[in-house]
Amino acid sequence: MTRQQQVLSMPHLLGIEGMTRDDAVLILDTARSFVEVNSRQLKKVPALRGRLVALLFFENSTRTRLSFELAAKRLSADTLNFSASGSSVQKGETLSDTARNIEAMGPDLVVVRHEASGAPWHLSRVMSGAIANAGDGQHEHPTQALLDAFTLLSRWKRTAAEGLEGKTVCIVGDISRSRVARSNMLLLKLLGARVRVAGPATMLPAALADVYGVDVFDDVDDALFSGNGIDAVMMLRIQKERAARAVMGSDDDYALGYGLHRERFERLLGRHDDIVVMHPGPINRGVEIDAAVADSSSSVILEQTENGVAVRMAVLYLLAVGQARADVGSAE
Amino acid sequence: MVDSATAGRVLMDHDDVRRVVARLAHEVNDALRAAQRGPLGLDPSRLAIVGIRTGGAHLAHRLAEQLGIVMGRVPEVGVLDITLYRDDVLSGASMPTLKGTEIDFDVEGRPIVLVDDVLFTGRTIRAALDALLDVGRPSCVLLGVLVDRGLRELPIAASFVGRAVETTRDERVDVHLVEEGAASDQVVVRVARDRRRP
Repeated sequence: MTRQQQVLSMPHLLGIEGMTRDDAVLILDTARSFVEVNSRQLKKVPALRGRLVALLFFENSTRTRLSFELAAKRLSADTLNFSASGSSVQKGETLSDTARNIEAMGPDLVVVRHEASGAPWHLSRVMSGAIANAGDGQHEHPTQALLDAFTLLSRWKRTAAEGLEGKTVCIVGDISRSRVARSNMLLLKLLGARVRVAGPATMLPAALADVYGVDVFDDVDDALFSGNGIDAVMMLRIQKERAARAVMGSDDDYALGYGLHRERFERLLGRHDDIVVMHPGPINRGVEIDAAVADSSSSVILEQTENGVAVRMAVLYLLAVGQARADVGSAE
Repeated sequence: MVDSATAGRVLMDHDDVRRVVARLAHEVNDALRAAQRGPLGLDPSRLAIVGIRTGGAHLAHRLAEQLGIVMGRVPEVGVLDITLYRDDVLSGASMPTLKGTEIDFDVEGRPIVLVDDVLFTGRTIRAALDALLDVGRPSCVLLGVLVDRGLRELPIAASFVGRAVETTRDERVDVHLVEEGAASDQVVVRVARDRRRP
C-alpha cells in the first residue's frame, strides 16, 4: 500500500510554480470531499472552528472574495474582511504597515489579492499566518487554476491521480498580462495535459514555448483546429482595465479575430461534440465569448464557480493542517 | 504501514472475527425487533449501517451482509469520514487526509447502527455522532464495535460489543482486516513505544 501524502510540501500557497504533482493531487482529492459537504443540506464542518482567516483584498474582486469567504465560513472559521477601497491604503499606508496591523489581530490564515506581483510572497515574510494567493498582479492566481483543473477532471470523470494525460487544453486571450493563464499553463502541464495558447501577437510574450512547454499560436483557428484538435478551450476575459487599446483593437475586432463566436463554436462542436468551454469570469458577453456559447451545455462556467468554493476549502484546510504540523514539529 | 503482529497478544483470530460479526448481527436484529414494540416504534425495515473510516467501514459491510442472512434483507451501508469533526484535527497529531463521507441514502428518520473497529476514549464516536447528525436526523443511533478496550474519556457506551478487553494506555489494539491487505483477520494487543502515529 503506497503511503498517500498527507500535508502540502509548502507552508503557503503563493503560486503553482514550485508545487509538486503530489501537492496538486492532494488539494484536488481533498476538494472532492468538500464537494460532498457542499452537496448536503447542512453545508458546514467544524474543522477550522476558532481559526481566523483574514481576507485582504487590496485589489477589487467580487467573486474570488465571496468564494474564499464562503469557503472559510463552511469550515467554521472566523473571517476578517479588508478591502483597499475606503481603507487606510488610500490614506497612504504601506503594504508592510497594513500587514503588521492585521497581524496584531492574529490571523491563522491570510488570503491576499493585490495588484502588485509578489505581494503575497512579501506578506509571507512579514506575517506569521499561512498565506493563500488570491491573485497577484500579472503573476499567479493558483486557486483559479486548481478549480479549473478540478472542473476538467470532474467533467472527464478522472481522479486527480489519473491526471490530464492525453488531453489538450487551449487557452485563448491576453496571455502576457493574465495571471490566470500563467497559473493554468503551469498546473495543466504539471497534471500531464498538452497546452496550447493563442492570442494576438501583442498579447503573447516571447519565449512562452520554451519557458512553459506550451504550443503557441497567433491564429486562434490554428490553435483550435490544427492537428488532433483540442479537448477543452479556456477563454480569458479581455481585461480592458489592463490592456491598452493599442494591443487589442476594438471589441468587435477582438471578437471576430479571437473570440469564441457562434460560428467558431459550431465548427468546434462539429469536430468535438464533447468540447468543454471554460471561462474564469466575469465574462464580457459578445467580446471573448458569445452569449449563447457561454450558456450552452458545453460550457462549465457555473461549475467552475461552484467548484471554486470546494477547492478553496481544500486549500484553507490543508494550509491549516500544515501549520498545525509545523507547530508540533517546532515544539519538539 | 501494517505492522507485523510480532510481540503482540492475539485477541481475536480470523474465525473469532467472523463469529463475532455474525453474533452482532443477531443482537442488532433482536434489539430492533424489541424496539419495534417499544415506545420508540422503530421500523427495522428502514435500518441502515454506517461505518467509520477505515476499519469500521469494512466491518459495516460485513455486518450488513450478516444482517441480510438474519433479516432477509441487506441494509444499506454508508461510510463516514470523521476527519473534519475530530477534536484533534489541527493538533498536528491526527491523520488529516480526507477520504470523504459516502452516504448515498437519506438518513432522515431511520434507525442507524454506527460501526467502528475499536472503542477507546470515545472521542472518535463523539466526532462521528456530530458528523452523522450533520448529514441528517436519524430516528435513533446505536453503536456496534468489534472491540471495546475501555479507558473512556467521554460518557459514551456501545450498544453492541464484539469483545471487551481491559487494556492500558501504553498498549495499542490493532485490527488487521483482509480488506486492507492483511493475510487474515486478526486483532492484536501490543505495547506501543509511542502512541502517536508515525
